[in-house]
Amino acid sequence: MATSTKRTDYFPYLLLIPALVVTLLIVAWPVVETIRLSFTDASLKPTENFVGLENYEKMFARKFPETIFRTFYWMGVSVGLKMIIGIAGAALLNSAIPGRSLFRVLVMPPWIVPIAIGVFIWSWMYNGQFGMISGLLQRFGMIAEPMEFLAYRNSAFFSTIVTDVWIGTPLVTIYLLAAMQGVRSDLLEAAWVDGAGRFYRFRRITLPLIMPAVATMSLLSAIWTFNSFDIIWILTEGGPRNATTTMIIDTYKTAISRFKYGEGSARAVMIVLFLSLFAGFYFLMISRIAKREVGND
Amino acid sequence: MINKYRWWELVLIYCGVAVFLTFILAPFLEAFMVSLRPITSIFSIPYRFITDEMSFDSYFSMWSSVPLLWLYMFNSFMIAAAVTFFALLAVIPAAYAFARFEFKGRDGMLTAFLAINMVSGAVLLIPLYKVMQQMGLLNTYFAMITPGVAFSIPTGIWLLRSYLLKIPKELEEAAWADGATRLYTLRRVILPIAMPGIVVVAIATFIGAYAQQFLFALTFNSVNELNPLPVGLFQFFGRQTVVWNELMAASLVGILPVLIVYIFLQRYIVAGLTAGAIKE
Repeated sequence: MATSTKRTDYFPYLLLIPALVVTLLIVAWPVVETIRLSFTDASLKPTENFVGLENYEKMFARKFPETIFRTFYWMGVSVGLKMIIGIAGAALLNSAIPGRSLFRVLVMPPWIVPIAIGVFIWSWMYNGQFGMISGLLQRFGMIAEPMEFLAYRNSAFFSTIVTDVWIGTPLVTIYLLAAMQGVRSDLLEAAWVDGAGRFYRFRRITLPLIMPAVATMSLLSAIWTFNSFDIIWILTEGGPRNATTTMIIDTYKTAISRFKYGEGSARAVMIVLFLSLFAGFYFLMISRIAKREVGND
Repeated sequence: MINKYRWWELVLIYCGVAVFLTFILAPFLEAFMVSLRPITSIFSIPYRFITDEMSFDSYFSMWSSVPLLWLYMFNSFMIAAAVTFFALLAVIPAAYAFARFEFKGRDGMLTAFLAINMVSGAVLLIPLYKVMQQMGLLNTYFAMITPGVAFSIPTGIWLLRSYLLKIPKELEEAAWADGATRLYTLRRVILPIAMPGIVVVAIATFIGAYAQQFLFALTFNSVNELNPLPVGLFQFFGRQTVVWNELMAASLVGILPVLIVYIFLQRYIVAGLTAGAIKE
């Protein structure tokens, strides 16, 4: 702004006060408090004592590496599927066919409705005796008898992923569709004049040009998927036998269900550490992309 | 023409779209079919998509099984609207500060705000519970509104800042030269011009706040009359015998308003969802 005075201008800080107060109170302070609690034996009892690294030692003694691995496995499969289906869906919706604006409208509902409501419906569909999926698979002869999808470790693991993919795909699709629409049409036309086929144009022009959007969305999606709570909690509560216990579910079970605030906080700290790693990647990526765009102009 | 398809290409594309949309929409269709079945044929083997004696009975009987359904729907809207309102109160001035002023610590603070996006509420439940308790907010609407506001501020700031950066500075400088105060300039010059951007942020915030009403309500609220739709219906869910047809009917009626709103506002919603993340 055209203010040329040298002394500190407090006006911008005043503008930030409301946002700062809320986020400091609801996010920053709780993060600090979580770190503090992770070194204590806090629980339902009124007193809490400093216990050093005991919570962390206990945590790693209790198959915690396995939980970390499971979390990343769950996240990796889910994000991979969301991206593949999202790219395919965006490419389909980007084609100039009659009815496409209607198709675009129909993509969003899983993301618009409350997550929990969508999960209720899936929970019914996974029902073994009467549910749709088991019923249809039996009809087509792919399974011999009723399959209770949420009752076995493997099927529960992948069932929760499918529901997570269902909820996450619309946003990925719409985001990538927007990126595809931003691809300059003169490039595609030039290739077309040179005789490049539709698939060739998609693979050699559209796909490379939307790569920054794909990378950003993968990372954002990874963060959201890592934090995914409602879906697993409603479907399986982390079971059967911990098959769907990701880090976030593990934290919730320890802290809220078993009232072990100290141990739960230690787990929460681990999550925050992993998330900072993601955050680092994210900022690196944004600055890379921003730089490249400046260079291109 | 570049966009002319051969017939087999059209067939392939439509088949692809059909498979894709089936995955997206099948659960809603199944929920609707279940809501039409009498409870006896829901629990029938083998599974059939269409059963005899389909009727809209559960849409009438559900009001006695879920007596507070209207209230849950109202609460969901109330909470999402309040989150949007309070978030905007914080987002608009902050985005303006980040877009227009040079000040110490600006980039660091912007980064810090973005970092909040990475943390989810589930991680911070224990200290958050204490905060809510100490402020006396447990079992009030505000126990569900406040966390929603905090977690939607970062995205809001990011989206609106990008929008404000595109508004030419000359307008403010003109107002400035005419002797307007800076607060007046923000209110009378910037706000009207930024309205389309604010609308997009508001809609994105509302959708986010509406979709994620489970965890905080489940943890910070135990007054049934204040529950939003997802938690209100969740109570009927864990029971031994779930009355599926009524639960599905109630779910569908519950989400109908937001789906209708979505159809009218989808242009803005899509804009809000896709703007931002990388592009300035």
